[in-house]
Amino acid sequence: MIHVAPAHSPHAHAPTSVGMIMATVLLALAPATLFGFWLFGWPAFNLWAVAILTALATEAACVGLAGRAAKPVLLDGSAALTAWLLALSLPPWAPWWLAALGSFFAILVGKQVFGGLGQNVFNPAMAARVMLLIAFPVEMTLWTTPGSFPSAQLPSFLESLSITFGGAPMDAMASASLLGHVKTEFTRGIDLAHSLPALFGHSQTGLGDAAWGSRAGSLGETSALLLLAGGLVLIARRVITWHAPVAMLLGVALPALIASLLDPAHYLDPAAHLLSGGLMLAAFFIVTDPVTCPNTSAGQFAFGLGAGLLTWIIRTWGGYPEGVAFAVLLMNAATPVIDRYVKPRIYGRTRDGKPLPAETSGKGA
Amino acid sequence: MSFLSRFKFRGGVHPEGRKDLSADMPVRVPTLPECLFVSLQQHIGAPASPVIQVGDKVSKGQRIAASQGAVSAPVHAPTSGRIIAIGDYPAPHPSGLPVPTITIESDGEDRWMDIASPGDPFAFSAEEVAARVGAAGIVGLGGAAFPAAVKLNVSRRGGVTTLIMNGGECEPYLTCDDRLMRDRAPEVILGIRLISHAVGAREVLVGIEDNKPEAIAAMTAAAQGSEVKVLAVPAMYPMGSEKQLIQALTGKEVPAGGRAADIGMLVHNVGTAYAVAQSLNLGRPLVSRLVTVSGGAVAAPGNLEVLIGTPAQALFETCGGFKDTPARLVMGGPMMGQQFTNPLVPVIKGTSGVLALTAAEIGQPQPAPCIRCSTCVRACPVGLLPLEMAAHIRTGDLGGAVDLGLKDCIACGSCSYVCPAHIPLVHYFNYAKGDLAAKERAKLKQDATKKLAEERTARMERIAREREEAAKARAAKKAAQEAAKKAAAEAAAREKAEKEQSGKEQAEAL
Repeated sequence: MIHVAPAHSPHAHAPTSVGMIMATVLLALAPATLFGFWLFGWPAFNLWAVAILTALATEAACVGLAGRAAKPVLLDGSAALTAWLLALSLPPWAPWWLAALGSFFAILVGKQVFGGLGQNVFNPAMAARVMLLIAFPVEMTLWTTPGSFPSAQLPSFLESLSITFGGAPMDAMASASLLGHVKTEFTRGIDLAHSLPALFGHSQTGLGDAAWGSRAGSLGETSALLLLAGGLVLIARRVITWHAPVAMLLGVALPALIASLLDPAHYLDPAAHLLSGGLMLAAFFIVTDPVTCPNTSAGQFAFGLGAGLLTWIIRTWGGYPEGVAFAVLLMNAATPVIDRYVKPRIYGRTRDGKPLPAETSGKGA
Repeated sequence: MSFLSRFKFRGGVHPEGRKDLSADMPVRVPTLPECLFVSLQQHIGAPASPVIQVGDKVSKGQRIAASQGAVSAPVHAPTSGRIIAIGDYPAPHPSGLPVPTITIESDGEDRWMDIASPGDPFAFSAEEVAARVGAAGIVGLGGAAFPAAVKLNVSRRGGVTTLIMNGGECEPYLTCDDRLMRDRAPEVILGIRLISHAVGAREVLVGIEDNKPEAIAAMTAAAQGSEVKVLAVPAMYPMGSEKQLIQALTGKEVPAGGRAADIGMLVHNVGTAYAVAQSLNLGRPLVSRLVTVSGGAVAAPGNLEVLIGTPAQALFETCGGFKDTPARLVMGGPMMGQQFTNPLVPVIKGTSGVLALTAAEIGQPQPAPCIRCSTCVRACPVGLLPLEMAAHIRTGDLGGAVDLGLKDCIACGSCSYVCPAHIPLVHYFNYAKGDLAAKERAKLKQDATKKLAEERTARMERIAREREEAAKARAAKKAAQEAAKKAAAEAAAREKAEKEQSGKEQAEAL
């Protein structure tokens, strides 16, 4: 007699776990993150570390208050991933408290208040980003111009501490992101024909730099190509499917294409949209967040398309230069509705859920 | 000539096959066990009823229990010997609860009963084929163990046009159907043609997963020149599920809540076809079957030709015993099979495999929270939302789960298999189905009780009314009687008076 607890089938399991999924996503984020460290130096690393440590501490405190063991929860990697995504969306030389406050908010209000992993309605990283954008608009838009490589004049580690923790002035390095610059110039009545050359100066390599990532922007959002590569890895490893990312990119690119063809002086072209701001990060790492996106492929496509469209609308006509975070939150709110209406057809049933008609066979009937 | 099917079903998973453990080993026969434990409940439906007494001598193939009712199957002695007990014995079920079982002490001779040659099986009428299949105790050998004759009769009457033979064997580890098709393809094809004859099918398709090229080749060669068409289907769990195999072979779907016969189809397992050939060609009832003995804990996995009623322990011993401590014993495949805890439980007709799995093979750590990754949605071959259904069941909202399609769930376990949070999804669904069935039964019982109570009230009222009426009638009768008596008395008095009068008159006249 083998004395074991009664067990239910299946008596086999795919070699996968929540922790493995999170680890894969973190690995896919690593190239863009390391590039951000290299581009912006130690302050970027400091900010990233503060965000992650704060998130882990907040998660541990919440789980502890709920009377559960903290270790398995921390090891599932979800808190680290949330903080990591938030850090990538921050200005690289932002003060430490911005990251700490954002991480704290993301885990406490964005996630644990709803009941922890899997229960939250809104993407915690985007909720925190929006909170910071509204509460600290100045700190959230102080971009750093990357040095001209390879002779980058990056701060030493000690100098980085004073930038991140000491509030050292960084005006000398400040500059605007493409989307921010365009928006500001529009408000001054300057159209794209004049504002874009002013930003890129005499070099016409603006978009090349944008793709590669050597430009002003958030810590980990500047390199569209590295983010794309990470996203493709996730698709290849079947952590995510293509539906939401492709739909989101389409949702931005299609209206941008139409509008820029109609009026090139007032609407940015699709390439500038696709390579700017947080779009690539959002398309592959945010709208693919399983917890807050719909659970069917068709639903995910609709979700991504909506997020893309809203992003383009906010970027084009909204008050903020970048609309990704707002668009994602709005679509998060629509997820339950999408899930209610978009369901797979059940075997043996019509789309309305009625049984398929029986076939009258030739014989005997 | 074999073809690749051009249809497919949605979802599905690719569990690690592990069929190489046993697929290439030739079929072995275990030494004859001292005792065989033949369960009376080996099939779906009513248990068989014993027709022998303790102490009786029986021959191999002799009927020892008769079919009871419309859905049932008889049971035959798997070897020659003496009946030493008719009573309870642990069943191959997670509960290990005992079921009525006939215990036969083997005489070591394994002597068949006298069998008259049945003659040309194709000369039998369709009804005769079904009757013989029923008498041979043949049930679905793919695991469901539904009495085969019942299915044949229903299908013939329902006008089945397509016979589909299930050679999918999509469960990991299991290779007994593979081995059967490789080694005994002519007999399997004969059985298929007999089933086709019995239901009057116009088209016969054999679906075999493309991870069994030898079986496909052997079956294709044996089917040469017959109406039987062998088709390769992609190796994908749950290909061996009736509904999914129909879809993969024909592109058609069985209507929800209906049967394969509703779309003119009948599905049988290849093992069943072999048993049919044995019974109609040789007159031999179903007393043995091929069983895969495998798993990481088994020293020498392989396929055994096993007498029904052989304890699982004897199978493991034939395969060299355990080389590792088994963490779990499973009857059937790992995806849908049932755990058993007592190694003495016997093989029954539906036993396709006996597995001894190590802890590493099972791999079911503690469940984590659902992250709504919808891997289960993609894996579900039916098109359900397992994560949503489980969420409803967790909160006790079974009705909500039914609205999401709980009753369409085929319990294949694909969702549980792929869930990264290791949530036992299919366990939730089976629990909910069981609970709903219990509620359904309770409701039926309640309705019946209510009906009885109402009938009783009506009856009591009627009785009371009848009593009242009877009392009234009696009273009326009494009154009438009294009135009559009174009248009679008056009449008598009048008569008397008249008599007296006339007497006086007479006296006066005198």
